[in-house]
Amino acid sequence: MKKGQTENPEKLKFAFYWAASCGGCEVAVLDIDEKILNVVAAADILFWPVALDTKYKDVEAMKDKNIDVCFFNGAIRTSENEHMAKLLRNKAKVLVAFGACACSGGIPGLANVGNREEVFDVAYLSSPSTHNTDKTTPKTSTRVEEGELTLPEFYDIVKTLDQVVDVDYYLPGCPPSPKLISDAVDAIVQNKLPPKGSVLAPLKSVCDECKFEKSEKRIAETKRIYEVKDIDANKCLLEQGIICMGPATRGGCEARCLNANMPCTGCGGPTPESLDQGAKMISALASILGIEDEQKMSQKDIEELIEKVSDPLGTFYKYTLPASVINRRIKEQ
Amino acid sequence: MKIVKKKRGRTQSIDKEKMQTKVASMNEDFEPSIIGFLCNWCAYAGADLAGTSRIKYPPNMKSIRVMCSGRVDPVFIIESLKNGADGVLVAGCHLGDCHYQSGNYKTNRRIILLKKLLGQLGINPNRVRFEYVSASEGHKFAETVTEFVDDLRTIGPNPLREEKQ
Repeated sequence: MKKGQTENPEKLKFAFYWAASCGGCEVAVLDIDEKILNVVAAADILFWPVALDTKYKDVEAMKDKNIDVCFFNGAIRTSENEHMAKLLRNKAKVLVAFGACACSGGIPGLANVGNREEVFDVAYLSSPSTHNTDKTTPKTSTRVEEGELTLPEFYDIVKTLDQVVDVDYYLPGCPPSPKLISDAVDAIVQNKLPPKGSVLAPLKSVCDECKFEKSEKRIAETKRIYEVKDIDANKCLLEQGIICMGPATRGGCEARCLNANMPCTGCGGPTPESLDQGAKMISALASILGIEDEQKMSQKDIEELIEKVSDPLGTFYKYTLPASVINRRIKEQ
Repeated sequence: MKIVKKKRGRTQSIDKEKMQTKVASMNEDFEPSIIGFLCNWCAYAGADLAGTSRIKYPPNMKSIRVMCSGRVDPVFIIESLKNGADGVLVAGCHLGDCHYQSGNYKTNRRIILLKKLLGQLGINPNRVRFEYVSASEGHKFAETVTEFVDDLRTIGPNPLREEKQ
């Protein structure tokens, strides 16, 4: 919105913001195709850094609760992210955590297996392609001839949006599917939003929406995708030994990855009532892995079978580490 | 007296008294706190037998009776550790003896996978232990607890407990 232009009082006022995210959620807003015209018809967009040249100070100048709905994507990685989360919380009536990063930390949240020092070390010092003889790493403030230069603080760990401010609704997915976005916008426009704190997605798991045929699950061994020969094009991927997060993941994505013949990686976050997506998947996978011959297998055989799951943390907590029960790596002596 | 310490952007207040206990916990005085999930049909009866037979074992374990070791969701174990338990013992029937056919087979596999995850999270996997204890093995139960307490004394206090305080 340009300066001096008066706001249409009948229209809703939206804001979009990105914190620690890849920008995919911004594109996802456009994935709703022609329905974007309905959004524009129903709402004015006051703030959207990726598309509009509104400055932070313009938001600061707004009255509290001036924005009707703010869609906030991205996790909280820096003090700037946190500042904007708090600012937009004050200025918006409804704050929606948009996408896996805002809801549960997402891919940036995997950095919680390290800390600031380790992240800086890889990013600025030790990686083979880095040439940094002065060993420069980002500092919150630096003195130069012209004066003082400042940068936002890079936090030790990644936080989810709701660990920093109060969140009204969650729209999961990496990115949220066009259907979930348009359903959410419709609910906002028609004033039919569910109770505060709801996840704006169905209650069922991804398996419920998946096209593959499912039978009683028994896996002899887990396989990486390239290890599977003679894949059955109609059969559940998990039953064929490929780790698929479907059973532990909330649906609403219309099983888009599975429609493209790729296993679910869990971006929808935990299923309702589940505290910890990764632990649920550990439970589900371990109970069906090697079940056929469980009585014949020695402890060593079982350990070898499970050893093939090479990276439980990265596989089961790909999008939810900061929101899980133990949300970062602990340094035990 | 309260000392206010700024840590990771959060203000934490630590009682001097608590700090002293923390220091003490680093010493040999450290008493591990264990959560024990015991299956109704075998391990819990085994623990009962240890009690009625007056077998001595350390009082560090708080037992929770579950119908089957297969009922123990990995979340229970993670939650216990998050809430400061120094160790978690899961005890069920011997393989082949499960009252529900195969619950203990599943738990065995779950715990192997969970331990691998705990290792990645920087938590000593030996804080979690799965044992088979039958209803007649009161001695084995007592030995298991004694051994686990000794192991945990060597491992030291759960770092998550300090964080919680």
